[in-house]
Amino acid sequence: MPPGFISNLYVFVLAGFVGFEVIRRVSPLLHTPLMALTNALDAIVVVAAIIIAGRPGTKLSAALGAVAVAAAFSNMVGGFLITDRMLRMFKLSGRKDQ
Amino acid sequence: MIANLSDFAYIVAIALFILSLRWLSSPATARRGVLAGEIGAALALITTFFNPELVQFKWIIVALIVGAGIGVPLGMVQMTAVPQRTAVSHAFGALAAAVIGIAEYYLRAPAIDKFEMTEIALEVIIGSLSFTGSLIAAGKLQELLPQRPIVYRGQNYVSLSVLGAAIVLAIVMVFHPGYTALFPLVVLISLGFGVLLVTPIGGADMPTVISLLNSYVGFTAALLGFVLNSKVLVVAGALDGASGFILSVIMCKAMNRSFTNVMFGAFGQLQVAAAGKQEERSVRSATPEEAAAILEAANYVMVVPGYGMAVAQAQHRVREFYDVLTKRGVTVKFAIHPVAGRMPGHMNVLLAEADIPYDKLLDLDEANSDLPQVDVALIIGANDVTNPAARDSPGSPIYGMPIIDVDKARTVMVIKRSMSPGFAGIDNELYYLDKTLMLFGDAKNFVGNIVRELTGSGAH
Repeated sequence: MPPGFISNLYVFVLAGFVGFEVIRRVSPLLHTPLMALTNALDAIVVVAAIIIAGRPGTKLSAALGAVAVAAAFSNMVGGFLITDRMLRMFKLSGRKDQ
Repeated sequence: MIANLSDFAYIVAIALFILSLRWLSSPATARRGVLAGEIGAALALITTFFNPELVQFKWIIVALIVGAGIGVPLGMVQMTAVPQRTAVSHAFGALAAAVIGIAEYYLRAPAIDKFEMTEIALEVIIGSLSFTGSLIAAGKLQELLPQRPIVYRGQNYVSLSVLGAAIVLAIVMVFHPGYTALFPLVVLISLGFGVLLVTPIGGADMPTVISLLNSYVGFTAALLGFVLNSKVLVVAGALDGASGFILSVIMCKAMNRSFTNVMFGAFGQLQVAAAGKQEERSVRSATPEEAAAILEAANYVMVVPGYGMAVAQAQHRVREFYDVLTKRGVTVKFAIHPVAGRMPGHMNVLLAEADIPYDKLLDLDEANSDLPQVDVALIIGANDVTNPAARDSPGSPIYGMPIIDVDKARTVMVIKRSMSPGFAGIDNELYYLDKTLMLFGDAKNFVGNIVRELTGSGAH
C-alpha cells in the first residue's frame, strides 16, 4: 500500500460527506449551474497536469501532460464563465433592473 | 518550504470550493459562490507554477492558451446548448484525468507495485470510458447522432464482455506491470466500452446519463488524487462525484428508474408495445380566441413547460404570455418537472433566460400542492410528465413516475402539434378528459396568438 493511501482515504470519505451535505441543499432551480460549477472545480486536475507537463520526464509524459492542461483548463475557464452567465439570469420578480 | 506553501494554498482553495458550493444553495448568494471558486482555482494554479519540480514552461503556457481558446467559446454557448456543452466538458474532464493516469503509468513502469497498478488501471479505465461516453452523449444532444436508442439483440452481453476484457487485461497488468504494450489495449477497450455504454440510450434519458457521467468524471479525478497522492484532487473529485451522484439519484427518482438499473448501464428505452386498442376517441379542441377568453377569466394559471417548448423556441413568447396575464392581475406560475429539460435544472435556466423571475418557478411538490387551486394548467411541449397513467394505472410502463397533477386543475390546456404519443410511446388519458382543451399547433405560434388575443382585448 503506497504511503498516504489511508490519509487520502480519510480525506475522500470526509469530502464525500461534506459534498453530499452541501450539494443536497442546492435548490433544484440551480442544478444546471451546479453541474457547470462542479465541472469547473473538478478542472483543478490542471495543477496535476501542469506538473506532469513541466517536470523532467519523457517526451510522452510532457505531451500527455500538455493535452491534459489544455483539456482541464478549457473546463475551468468555460465552466466558471457559463456558470456566471446562467446565474446572472436568475432574477426575482420584484426587481426591475433592466 | 515551497512545497508546504503550495499545500497551504491548496487547502485554502479547497475551503473556497466548499464555500462555493455552499453559496450555490440560493440564487441570492450563488454568484458569490462562483467568485469563491474562481479565487480558489486561481490560487491553486498560481502556486503550482512555483513548484520546484517544474523545469519547462513553454508547453504549459501553450496548452493554457489552447485551453482558454477552447474554454471561452464553450462558456459562451446558447442556453439551449448547455446540455451538450456540459457533456463536452465531462469529456474534457475525463480526458485530462485519463491522460495524466496514462502518463503516470509510463513514467513509473515497470517499478509499480500491485496496489498502485490497481489504482492506475481503475483510474484509466473509468476515465477512458467516461471520455467516449460523454462524447457520444454530446453527439446525441447536439443531434449529430440519432436521438433514438440504438439497440440490438444481446447488447448487454456484448457491452459487458468488452468491459470484462478491459478488466481482465487490467488484472494481468496488476501482476505484470512491466507489460507496457498491454496498456494501450486497456485504454482502447475502455474507450470502446464508453461508446457501447451510451449509444443505446435514448434522448429522453439524457438527464440521467449526464448526471451519471458527471459522477464518473468526479470519481476519476478523486482516483487520480490517490494515484498522485494529491489531496486537492481527492477533495475536488469527491465533491464533483458526490454532486453527480446526487443528481443521478434525483433523476432516477424523477423517472422512476432504480439506481442499480442505471449504475449498470442497463438503461435502454423500455420497449413498449404501443399496440394498444386504437379506438377513435374524441377530444375537445379550442382556438387561440377561445383559450384567451378562458385565461382572461382565470385567477391562477400554471404553465407546465417541457422540452418541446425549447425545441419550438417558444420561451420568449411564453414570457410575453406571462407579462400580459400578470398585468391583468392573473397569477402565473411555472411547474418544472425534474426531467423537463435535457439535463437537471435545464428548464429553469431556459425560463430564467427568458426573464421569467425565479420565484415563479415551482418544483414538482410545490406545483402539486398548488394545482387544486389552479384555474388553468397550460401544458407546452410536455407529455409523459403529465400523464395520469403514471399515478393511476399499474399496467402502464411509466407507472410510479412522479408527475405534475395537471388533471387536478379546473381546466387543462395542452398545446400540441398532433395527437402523436410522447417519448415513451404511451397514450395520454389527460387529452380525453372533459376538462381538457387541445390547442393544436406550433407552440411558439400558438402562444403568440394567445398573447395577441389577450393584448387586443385588453386595448378596448
